[in-house]
Amino acid sequence: MSFVFLIFLPLLAALFIPLLFKKVGKIHTGWFVLVVPVALFIYYLSLLPTTIDGGNLVSEFQWIPSLDIAFVAYIDGLSLLFTLLITGIGALVVLYSIFYLDKHREQLHNFYVYLLMFMTAMLGIVQSDHLITLYLFWELTSISSFLLIGYWYTRDRSRFGALKSMMITVFGGLMMLGGFVLLSIMGDTYSIRELIPQAAELATHDFFIWALVLVLFGAFTKSAQFPFYIWLPDAMEAPTPVSAYLHSATMVKAGLYLVARLTPIFALSGTWMWLVAGVGLFTMFWGSFFALKQKDLKGILAFSTVSQLGLIMSLLGASAAGYHIDNIAETTFKYAGFAAIFHLINHAVFKGSLFMIAGIVDHETGTRDIRKLGGLMGLMPISFTVAMIGAFSMAGLPPFGGFLSKEMFLTAMLSLTEFDLFSMDVWGVLFPIVAWLGSVFTFIYSFYFVFHTFAGKHKPEELPKPAHEAPIGMLISPIFLALLVIVIFFIPNRVGDWLVKPAVMAIQPFLYNSPSEVDVHVSAWHGFNTELFMTLGIFAVGGLMFWTLHKWQKSYDRFPDSVSLNALYDNLMFMSDTGANRFSKLYMTGFIRSYLVYMFSFVVIIVLGTLFLTESFAFDVTNLAPIGFYEIVILLALVGSTLTILFSKSRLTAIIALGAVGYSVALFFVIFRAPDLALTQLVIETISVALFLLAFYHLPQISRKEERMRFRLGNALIALGVGVTMTLVALSAHSQKFLPSISEFYKETVYSEAGGGNIVNVILVDYRGFDTLFEIAVLGIAGIGIITMIKLRMTKKEGQHENK
Amino acid sequence: MSVVIGFLFMAAVYLMLSKSLIRIIIGTGLLSHGAHLLLLTMGGLGGISPPVVADGVSVSDYADPLPQALILTAIVISFAVTSFFLVLAYRSYQELGTDNMDLLRGTEDHE
Repeated sequence: MSFVFLIFLPLLAALFIPLLFKKVGKIHTGWFVLVVPVALFIYYLSLLPTTIDGGNLVSEFQWIPSLDIAFVAYIDGLSLLFTLLITGIGALVVLYSIFYLDKHREQLHNFYVYLLMFMTAMLGIVQSDHLITLYLFWELTSISSFLLIGYWYTRDRSRFGALKSMMITVFGGLMMLGGFVLLSIMGDTYSIRELIPQAAELATHDFFIWALVLVLFGAFTKSAQFPFYIWLPDAMEAPTPVSAYLHSATMVKAGLYLVARLTPIFALSGTWMWLVAGVGLFTMFWGSFFALKQKDLKGILAFSTVSQLGLIMSLLGASAAGYHIDNIAETTFKYAGFAAIFHLINHAVFKGSLFMIAGIVDHETGTRDIRKLGGLMGLMPISFTVAMIGAFSMAGLPPFGGFLSKEMFLTAMLSLTEFDLFSMDVWGVLFPIVAWLGSVFTFIYSFYFVFHTFAGKHKPEELPKPAHEAPIGMLISPIFLALLVIVIFFIPNRVGDWLVKPAVMAIQPFLYNSPSEVDVHVSAWHGFNTELFMTLGIFAVGGLMFWTLHKWQKSYDRFPDSVSLNALYDNLMFMSDTGANRFSKLYMTGFIRSYLVYMFSFVVIIVLGTLFLTESFAFDVTNLAPIGFYEIVILLALVGSTLTILFSKSRLTAIIALGAVGYSVALFFVIFRAPDLALTQLVIETISVALFLLAFYHLPQISRKEERMRFRLGNALIALGVGVTMTLVALSAHSQKFLPSISEFYKETVYSEAGGGNIVNVILVDYRGFDTLFEIAVLGIAGIGIITMIKLRMTKKEGQHENK
Repeated sequence: MSVVIGFLFMAAVYLMLSKSLIRIIIGTGLLSHGAHLLLLTMGGLGGISPPVVADGVSVSDYADPLPQALILTAIVISFAVTSFFLVLAYRSYQELGTDNMDLLRGTEDHE
C-alpha cells in the first residue's frame, strides 16, 4: 500500500469538516474528526513489527519530477515512533477537545480544520525523506500553529503570541532551508537516506559547518531552545488542547526529530556535539529555573516544556559522542541515545496529561492564576491524582516512567565527563553539575504546580466559577495518559524493544545492525551508584527548597523585564516595523514627479550599464543616410521649436511650437519615404494643436515661480542623462543588425498574398489586422473616457457644490 | 538623426519633470515624437522609393515598411492618449483648482 498518501488523509478529511459543522450541528464535530487519528494510529500500529526488526518501508509519490522533488514517506523506527505519538496523542487530544470546546459557542470548523492540517504537516515532517518536502511540511506546521494560537483571534494576546511564534519559527525554518540546500549541494541529493552514507566526505566539505549551524537554527527555533524559547510561553494563549498537542507533545519535538534524524550526518563534528548538548543543557536549566517565576499554570508548563526539550536535546548531543567511541556497548555512552528517545516518549505522555489537567482547572474554575488557586484536592480528586502522577513523573520520582529516563539522563551526562575529545575533558565536568541543578528546579516546579493548585487553602471567593470536578469525558484522556506513565515504569524494556531501540538505530545507524543489538536494559534498581545518590540529592535539596519556596520566590521579581529576551524581541519587532515604515516614507513621497525621477534614473543607469558592460555599444558610419540640404533645414526647425517650448513663458507659444515639432517630424517622414506616415502625422498634429488650444482656454498660465534653480538643474541633469542614453541606444540600434528583418517577407509577398500595393497599409489591415482592431479599441476607450470625464461631476458629500 | 532623437527625449523628460500639468502633457507629446523617430531610425533610413508596389522597382529599394506600420499605429495611439490627458488636465483643474503637481499628491491619509 502506498502509505505516502496517508500523510494527506487528515488534510483531505479537513475539507469536509466545515460542511459537517454546518449541516450536522447537533453532533459535536470533534466526533467526526476523532475517526481520522484513530484510524491512522491503528494502521501505523500494524507497521510496528517491521520496525521492531530494524526494517523500514518506503513509499514514493512524484510531485515535481523535473526538479527532482517528490513526496517520499520513509518509515523506520524513529519516524514510526513519532508517527504513533502524533496520531495517538492526536486522538486523545481530539477526544479531550470535544468536551473542552463548546459546540455552540466555538467556531469548531476552524479549529478542526487547522488541527487536521497540522496533523498532515507533522506526519509529513517525520516521514519525509526528501529535504525539500520536509521543509514544506515544516513551514506548514508553523502556519497551522500560528492559526491555532490565534484561534481566539479577538484577543490581543492571542494575536501577539501567534505572530511571535510564527516570526521565530519561520525565521528558523528559512535558515534551515539554507542548510538543506547546502546539504543537497554537498551530497548532490535531496534524500536523507542517501546523504547519511556520505557523512564522512561531507564532514570535510567547506559548506559543512554552515549547513550544520543553519540546520540547528531550524531545530532550535522549533524546539524552543535558548534563546529562541520565548515564543513558547506566549503560544500558551492557544486553547489548551492545542497546547497539549502542538506545544508539548508533537510540534516542538519536530526540532528534536530533525536533530535525531540528522545526527548520523553531523555527529562527526565536535561543533555539533557542543552546540546540541550545550544549548540543550543550558536550556534545560534556564527553563526549569524560570518556571518557578510563572504565575500562570500553563506558563509553568510552557517553561517546563522548554526545559524538558532542552534535556532531550542535550541527550541527543551526548549521543553524538558515541560516534567517537570504540566498543560503545561496553561503555556508558550507549545510554544517551536510548535515554533521549525514552524520555521523549515519557515527556509526551506526562506533559500531555499535565496540560489537560491545566485545561480542566481553567475550564472548571475560570482561572489559571496559581495565586488564586489552591485546595482543589477535595473538589477535584481525579484531576488531582492525574496531576500528581504526571508531575511526579516529571520530577523523576518512582514509580513513574520519568524516574527511569531521568536516571538514564544522569548516567549519560556523567559519561560525558569521561569523554576526552573536543576539550570535553576540561569542560565535561560541567555537564552533570548543570544537569543536576536543572533537575533540582524541575523537582521544585513539579511540586509547585501540583501542590499550589490542589493543596493549601481553598479560596472560592477569588475564583470566577465555583470549582467542581470535570465531566468524565474530559477526564478520559488524561487518565489514560496517567495510566501509561505508570505502565511504562513497570514494562520499560517492552517499550524499549518495541519503540525506543528501533528509533535509536536511526540515530546511530553505523553502530548497530539491528535494534536488538542496542544493549540497554532498563531497570528501576541498579545498585548504589553515583546516579542514585544524585537523585537522592535532588529529592533532598528540591524538597527543602520547595518547603521554603514562599521565602525566595519573590526574588524572581528582581530580574528586570527590560533586559529580558522578550524585550529584545519586542524592540526588534518595533524597530523593524517603524524602520521599514520610515524607509518607505523616505522614497514614497506621494509626488508623481519623484517616482518619475526614480524611473528615469534607473532606466539611464540600467541601459547605460548594460550597454557598456556587455560592450554592445556600436557606431557604424557606413550605413548612415546621406544628409541633404532639406534635412538640415528641417532639423534646425525641429530643434529650434523644441527649444522654444523649453524656454517659452506663454502657453500659446509652447503649443504652437509643439505643432511645429510635429510638422517637422511629418516632413522627416516625407524625406524618409513614408508618405502614409506623413499624411497621418499632419492630420493628427492639426487636430492635436486644435485640442491643445481648446484646453488652453481653460488651463492656467504656466507658472514657474515655484521651480527653483536647483529643482530645474536636477531635472535638466536627469533629462540630459535620458537624452544621452537614447542617443546611444538609437546609434547602436541603427548600427548593428543581428537578425534579418521580417519586413523582407512583407515586401515580397504583399502583392501575391494580400493583393495590395501599399505595403504599410496592407500590413496594418491585413497581416496585423488584430493590432489595428485593438488600436481602434484604444481610441474608442479614450473617447469614452473623455466623454465620461466631461460629463462627470464630482459631487461632494450631500451634493454640495461644483467647483467652478 | 540619433542626436535629434536624444534631444527630443531630453526635452520631453525635462518637461515631464516640471510641475505644471500642461508642460507635462506637452512633454508626453514630444516623447512620442521622439519614439516615432527612434522606431524609424532603428529600421534603417535607407530605401529609395516609398513602400508602395510599383513597376520597375526592385524589392530591396523599398523603404522598410515595418517600422512605418508600427509608427502609424503609435501616432494614432499617442493622439488618443494626448487628448485623454488634455481632458483629464482640464477637468482636474476645474475640479481641484490647481495644475501644480505638488499639490496634487496622494490621498489625505497618505501622510
